[in-house]
Amino acid sequence: MKHVNNKLSLQLDVSDFLPADKEEKQSLVIMRESVSFWRDGVRRFKKNKIAMASLTVVILVLIFAFIMPAFYPYSYEQQIRGSENLAPMQYSKQELELIESGVKVFPHILGTDSLGRDTMIRLMYGSRISLLVGLVASVLVLIIGSVYGSIAGYFGGKVDMIMMRIVDIIYTVPDILIIILLMVTLKYPLEDLANNVPGFGWINRIGVGLICIFIVFSLLYWVGMARIVRSQILTLKEQEFVTAAKALGASNGRIIRKHLLINSMGALIVTTTLQIPSAIFTESFLSFIGIGVAAPMPSLGSMASDAIGGIQSYPYRLMAPAIMISLIILSFNLLGDGLRDAFDPKLKD
Amino acid sequence: MSKLLEIKNLKQYFHVSGNLFKPKYVKAVDDVSLFINKGETLGLVGESGCGKTTLGRTILRLYEPTGGKIIYDGTDITNVDMLPYRRRMQIVFQDPYASLNPRMTVGDIVGEAIDIHKLAQNKKDRHDRIISMLQRVGLNSEHANRYPHEFSGGQRQRIGIARALAVNPEFIVCDEPVSALDVSIQAQIVNMFEDLQAEMGLTYLFIAHDLSVVKHISKRIGVMYLGKLVELADSYELIFHSVHPYTKSLISAIPIADPRQSRISKRIILEGDVPSPLNPPSGCRFRTRCKYATELCVQKEPEFKEISQGHFVACHHIDKVQ
Amino acid sequence: MNKILLNIQNERLSFFTPAGEVKALNDISIQMNEGDVLGIVGESGSGKSVTAYSIMGLTDRAGRLIGGTIEFNGHKINEMSEKELQKIRGNEVSIIFQDPMTSLNPVYTIGNQIREVIMLHTNKDKKQAQERAIELLTLVGINEPEKRLKQYPHELSGGMRQRVMIAIALACEPKLLIADEPTTALDVTIQAQILELMMELKNKIGMSIIMITHDLGIVASICQKIAVMYAGKIVEYGTVDDIFYNPKHEYTKGLLNSIPKLTDKEHKRLVPIEGTPVDLLNPPKGCPFAPRCNSCMKVCIKHMPEYTQISDDHYSACWLLQKEKMLGGEKYE
Repeated sequence: MKHVNNKLSLQLDVSDFLPADKEEKQSLVIMRESVSFWRDGVRRFKKNKIAMASLTVVILVLIFAFIMPAFYPYSYEQQIRGSENLAPMQYSKQELELIESGVKVFPHILGTDSLGRDTMIRLMYGSRISLLVGLVASVLVLIIGSVYGSIAGYFGGKVDMIMMRIVDIIYTVPDILIIILLMVTLKYPLEDLANNVPGFGWINRIGVGLICIFIVFSLLYWVGMARIVRSQILTLKEQEFVTAAKALGASNGRIIRKHLLINSMGALIVTTTLQIPSAIFTESFLSFIGIGVAAPMPSLGSMASDAIGGIQSYPYRLMAPAIMISLIILSFNLLGDGLRDAFDPKLKD
Repeated sequence: MSKLLEIKNLKQYFHVSGNLFKPKYVKAVDDVSLFINKGETLGLVGESGCGKTTLGRTILRLYEPTGGKIIYDGTDITNVDMLPYRRRMQIVFQDPYASLNPRMTVGDIVGEAIDIHKLAQNKKDRHDRIISMLQRVGLNSEHANRYPHEFSGGQRQRIGIARALAVNPEFIVCDEPVSALDVSIQAQIVNMFEDLQAEMGLTYLFIAHDLSVVKHISKRIGVMYLGKLVELADSYELIFHSVHPYTKSLISAIPIADPRQSRISKRIILEGDVPSPLNPPSGCRFRTRCKYATELCVQKEPEFKEISQGHFVACHHIDKVQ
Repeated sequence: MNKILLNIQNERLSFFTPAGEVKALNDISIQMNEGDVLGIVGESGSGKSVTAYSIMGLTDRAGRLIGGTIEFNGHKINEMSEKELQKIRGNEVSIIFQDPMTSLNPVYTIGNQIREVIMLHTNKDKKQAQERAIELLTLVGINEPEKRLKQYPHELSGGMRQRVMIAIALACEPKLLIADEPTTALDVTIQAQILELMMELKNKIGMSIIMITHDLGIVASICQKIAVMYAGKIVEYGTVDDIFYNPKHEYTKGLLNSIPKLTDKEHKRLVPIEGTPVDLLNPPKGCPFAPRCNSCMKVCIKHMPEYTQISDDHYSACWLLQKEKMLGGEKYE
């Protein structure tokens, strides 16, 4: 069938029909800009408005908890006589007198508690404690969980079976009970340690309760991470690039580190980020019921607990730590979600 | 001509299910013996379930053999520590997408072998070796910092080959290295394999299901069916003077890229499907699809015998087929 | 003179992805008569599958038709609504895909899937549909059809699943069967069975087939006409003898030279096509094959080549042919 017109639609001349040289052909082949997995994920993350908002909140909270106290004139244990139970932005009689006489007195933005301690700075320190607990606990969980999970997943067979049965048993242990038990049993030995052995003085500052929380996290809370890492390893180890590494002579340790865990990074980061609010909540809860940080170091949970008594007359003393806890947990959760959407390999291709 | 690799009665059974008393096995490779001479290419063909890929990997002890012996350059390596042999025996995989770690740069992928076997004196030496490997396979130095997903299938396959060559091996198992590539790229890679063999004196076990490619590159070809080697001969001999009924039907099933020849060629169409490797037929495994099958074929497994110089067949009724 | 079944004119189709516009089809024109077997040959990214999907209007969500017309069996496909398209899919035009495992729903029995098609497009009730299903399975060479109808896809082998796909595709005796790489995932002996079956059925039912593949052997055995595609363009179109014995486009010639031939008595070094397939996100202005072409001229880089008619049924898009025409004169019409 006739399909084609006989006339060309372009005007051409003879020189166009000369052979093209190598450079002209090369210029047609451009390799696209290099984009690594991280850059790709970051790009996706930036597009996610909620994720970016939650990241901003997290950064603001971090500044609030770690940087601002350096610029704040009050300290968390400082009890100012005569300034008890002040409402937000209220000045006590002594402070008003000082202002009259020309001295600048920084206002108590959130008021003071029953011992005259500025609520705002205590809120900052409380947030700091919560965040530190969250971060340290999550890192502990990450390390223990990934090592355990990768060994179980990589070696499989009997090793895997035994290791996962241990995980199952640990899952059934009631964590709060263990923390309380540990607190009771370890309180005196740890205090002895703090008082008698040099170098362990910090135990008293942080409080036995917090130490117990860390110990329990290390003993119990890594199991969720272990399961996730194990399932990642199980899928990844069947991939051909792992077989290729074996064929090159890579040792088991090398394969786990450089091939399996690296490719699980996405899941690891996300799970760790989601672990943080869970740890923070546990700490707040424990401090609330009195077995967390030792006084006078504030914790959002203990601040809330202290404020319950005066809830009728000084509602802001409960609202401040409660809102802070909610803000921290919500923003970390949303951040974790955002990270998962950005870095989850299943969505990548 | 010396033998570089020899396998004797190699078996690879995979335990699949069944209980303690009656375990079920897939006899992926069942009593296969063959040898490859130094500098030679032995092709291995067969359809799905024949065990050719498993055979290739078992030779490298990526799976531990269930039985039989692997003899490399005169030494029995069936039970030894493989690390020194990993420098001499390498593998190129089929899937250019799955066989490269997506989070490693190309340079690190190629350099991993150098790191493991400590082949480089210092950082510069390592870098130089990596670049020279990349150039040898037709890539260039700026590719070393990029990631696998930025490359096409053909280029990724080149990276895989560079990785295998980085240790300067003697023997390479090529496990369907061109099957996943576009036709126009296949020719590039096949040529590259041939050139590298000439330059470096490599020995290949070339596994593929495309008989045309295998015939082009191999000196001798083995045909596998359900875990057994059914025929082995020089390439020309196998294509034009095959004896085993399966080989004959395999050859005739391949569509010819030539319309006139296609019109006159007679197709031997096999009935039925390939039996499950979990439950292979008794006696000769091909008998369920073979038109020459008799009672003898049900009862007794045919022996893999040499019928003429270098030409081996496992069939009870060679005279009938010819 | 056979009736024209399919008439695609100047089709342009692009996929709009977050990374940019992928120009999948760039001015495609195809005509098919009833009873033809057309082969569409190309590699990944050539647009061969997209062409077939566009005939059935299956690209609508992801891809957009940005130009041209598609006429099939009297229907103007590019103007039809989704509902209207559903009436002809499975009915007048059917498609079978490469991987029968993913195109068959794993949670429904085979019988369920065949009956669904039958009852959707005809007035048959369940019992009649069951009878027709048994008829179809027998037609495609599956024994014990009643037993098979009760089985699930994972219980069948690859070859059998492909036969089931063919049975489903033929349930309503379509005028056109589109086969998208139907045997690529199958063993070569099974492939031979399936190809033979397709030819038998074509003659029995009198349908036309579009065979999409990268395998030149398959098109040589069963097709009458061949369209060679590269980067969304048909670079050469002709009868099977034209393409194999008188190829005019450098890509076609390159493909034919680069495949090893089983019947060669001596070892001939393969002549590959250098370079890599084109990036459809940034297609070059001129001929998409230019960077890989040994005879590339300056005009090839600047301008998209126009079609040259070589004989009644044979044309190709290449500036070399235009050059010959300008210099030689009367060879071409």
